[in-house]
Amino acid sequence: MTTETLTHGEYDKHREYEQIETGYQAVRWHEPVIYELSRKGSRNQIVPEAEEEIRSKVGDVVSHIPEQMRRENPPELPELSEPEIMRHYLRLSQQTLGFDSGISIGLGTCTMKYSPKVNDQLARLPQLSEVHPLQPEDTIQGILEIMYELRNWLCELSGMDEFSIQPRGGSHGVYANACIMRAYHRSRGDAKRDEVITCAVSHPCNAGCPSTAGFKVIQLYPDKETGDIGLQALKAAVSERTAGLMLTAPYDTGVFDSEIGEYIKVVHEAGGLVSLDQANFNGVMTRLRAGDIGADLMHFNLHKTFSTPHGSCGPATGAIGVKQELRKFLPVPVVEFDGSRYHLNYDLPQSIEKVGSFYGVVMNALKAYAWIMAMGARGLREAAEWAVINNNYLIKKLLEIRGIGIAWPNRGKLQEARFTLEKLKEETGVGTSDFNLRITDYGVQSYFESHEPVIIPEPVTPEASDTVSKEDLDRFVEIFRRVSEEAYTDPGIVKTAPHRCAIHQTDPEPLHDPKKTVTTWRARLKKHE
Amino acid sequence: MNRESANGKEKLGFIVNPLAGIGGRVGLKGSDGLDTVKKAFDLGAVPFSPARATEALKGLSLIKGEIDLITYPFEMGEDEARECSFAPVVLGSIVPGETTAADTKRAAQEMAELGVNLLLFVGGDGTARDIYEAVGDRVPVLGIPAGVKIHSSVYAVSPRRAAELVKEFLRGRAPVCEMEVMDIDEDQFRQGRVSARLYGYLSVPFERRLVQGAKVGSSGASESTKAIAEHVVDLMRDDHYYILGPGTTVKAVGDELGIDKTLLGVDLVHRKQLVGKDLNEEQLLALITGKNTKIVVTVIGGQGYIFGRGNQQISPRVVREVGKDNLIVVSTQRKLVSLNGPLLVDTGDYELDESLSGYIRVITGYNEESVWKVEY
Repeated sequence: MTTETLTHGEYDKHREYEQIETGYQAVRWHEPVIYELSRKGSRNQIVPEAEEEIRSKVGDVVSHIPEQMRRENPPELPELSEPEIMRHYLRLSQQTLGFDSGISIGLGTCTMKYSPKVNDQLARLPQLSEVHPLQPEDTIQGILEIMYELRNWLCELSGMDEFSIQPRGGSHGVYANACIMRAYHRSRGDAKRDEVITCAVSHPCNAGCPSTAGFKVIQLYPDKETGDIGLQALKAAVSERTAGLMLTAPYDTGVFDSEIGEYIKVVHEAGGLVSLDQANFNGVMTRLRAGDIGADLMHFNLHKTFSTPHGSCGPATGAIGVKQELRKFLPVPVVEFDGSRYHLNYDLPQSIEKVGSFYGVVMNALKAYAWIMAMGARGLREAAEWAVINNNYLIKKLLEIRGIGIAWPNRGKLQEARFTLEKLKEETGVGTSDFNLRITDYGVQSYFESHEPVIIPEPVTPEASDTVSKEDLDRFVEIFRRVSEEAYTDPGIVKTAPHRCAIHQTDPEPLHDPKKTVTTWRARLKKHE
Repeated sequence: MNRESANGKEKLGFIVNPLAGIGGRVGLKGSDGLDTVKKAFDLGAVPFSPARATEALKGLSLIKGEIDLITYPFEMGEDEARECSFAPVVLGSIVPGETTAADTKRAAQEMAELGVNLLLFVGGDGTARDIYEAVGDRVPVLGIPAGVKIHSSVYAVSPRRAAELVKEFLRGRAPVCEMEVMDIDEDQFRQGRVSARLYGYLSVPFERRLVQGAKVGSSGASESTKAIAEHVVDLMRDDHYYILGPGTTVKAVGDELGIDKTLLGVDLVHRKQLVGKDLNEEQLLALITGKNTKIVVTVIGGQGYIFGRGNQQISPRVVREVGKDNLIVVSTQRKLVSLNGPLLVDTGDYELDESLSGYIRVITGYNEESVWKVEY
């Protein structure tokens, strides 16, 4: 229900609720789609024509573009002046809560730690930003040195023997690891291994990626009491068809499976490989090495623990690490050092081939490298400590609030935890999706509920990470306390939220119906033809 | 059928079984039949459902002005409605103090004919069975649990949650699903034996508490059952026979094969053709003895049984003949997770139950399985 669909009575109530002071009021522009602002003939910069002398020397520039790539018609871009374009995008950005404008503690599993601006500045240096990816090796030795140093440190932190920063995100890294598993078994003539085991409190890419790589996926579930999978359950999943086990450790629930060492042993005995998704490394950094506990493959999210900015589906990096015997399957190129020069080695005959263009997101490598340098060994150790301390402070404070409970209360939690608003829902009718909309009225981003399958009802999964202040944590807790109080005194406020944001409510239903949704302007025009 | 009232309001049917749960508190294991009811009152039983009914209606007070509450006289809903300040439309007539199953059925029938958007009832499996007999799947139905026997999957978690779900449904934000109506044979139950029959399926709105916020769409459930069905069919071998148990997920396998699988019965398939319909134990054994056979079963009812509720035709003799390694259990992941506990078996053969317990693989999608605990 948008404000347009509210009844008269509801609208009046909404206007009442809008007046409740929350310390935040969003900017509200009724900003149309840019194509709707287009006015024929509006122009931005008019590029002057080159002088006759230059034109005659250069000749026909267009002729350098292969014929089959040349446009027949100019692109149908909207026509606006420069200030109109500036205004439009600035207004859109003003309506958006982002990491720089508000608290992101709610975004569990993402590890929203601060990306130091100095690293962004380094990445903008012309020595990096103006390099062409196809430049010859001996002109990019500095970049390769950074990549190689980073590789050394990642090996040290993970206990693995080689790394690739080719994959463009965590899921991409897990997919690459699933492909490496497949290549490994194939190379040993072991074609019948077509099953990968995972569990429902790992990131769902640990199920989706092996499935995409052609494996059958066997899903395990955390025990209701312990939060662990349990050895009996794992043994029921393991067989001679097991290609491997893919788990996130610690889980997205903050629980570190107490029997993981046993699982790894059982899977190895059955001939399978073990891949550990280390997206949640922030809680165990310098205290746990995947390689030490027996993992054969793993990955880090550089945009999580290592502070490179979350790209919003932009340039992230899932750095994959493998043990020596799997090195030959890594995607190419691999960065190598012969004692004096750095090289990009493309010659791995059993490689799973390229998983991304060029040799990785170099900007991310630089930012991760710079962050590790600035933190130092002691800083890395402290970061994990702070992540766990902040999370446990948050747990203690949130559990003092009426209606809020936590899953597996008897288990220690590392970097994050999954809470439940089941009691709140039972007592007030306010559930997690209502709660989540109301907190945005207080100027914080929505929290992360849970991945599918949703095992804990009415879930809330925040993650403090190491770079929040106590003031941030206290403010976040205070907001939860306020909204809980609202739920018990006048649930209508929460159930009809948000009241102080740019938009009231959107109906998500049409988004799931391809007949009712388009993703480009051109598609929209086509639909209405 | 006209679902839109002249005044634009939603029509909500409301039926209270005033005797539901009467037997429970005094240990009578059910409330069917006037004899049992009389016995219960003699033992000092106090009606249980009126309080459940008012609790649910209180949860609907905010939308009082948006709905027409349509109910039956006196203790079958009118009393509770007026107590909660609703101005109900009262249909039919009853003899106060002497209501029976026939009254429930008549009420449901009349409300269905009136075109209610949703039928809300307060009662147990017996009441659910009566409503099913009256309206089938013509009208969406939601139960507020107030009975002793609550094996059906047609209930909300509690009266308050029922109210929330009604509001969601009337807003068009709760998908509907076919849910099992079970009934336990009470005489057997009193003699210590549980014998549950799968009566049929009601169309029931379900709570999205285990589906993340924005994702609505009834297609969700049917998409995953289709994927399961496709996988089962792809695994089928021409030299095998397949016993297909009751349930909507197994019915989906039938749909995938293009056969007319019975929803409530046990059918036999060979070479993707139906070779036996709605078979009992003897008929099954006659057809499969000595043949390579597999059994395809799913979870029946709200308690998580894969054997022993609604599929007793697949008896211990049948299971032993087929071999417990030839069991194919299918279920959507959502159903498994909603059980919040293990799968259950109760074949009547203790040793067989023991051998079936432990951890099993359940087909939950295409090329996807889940490991789940089975207990007895």
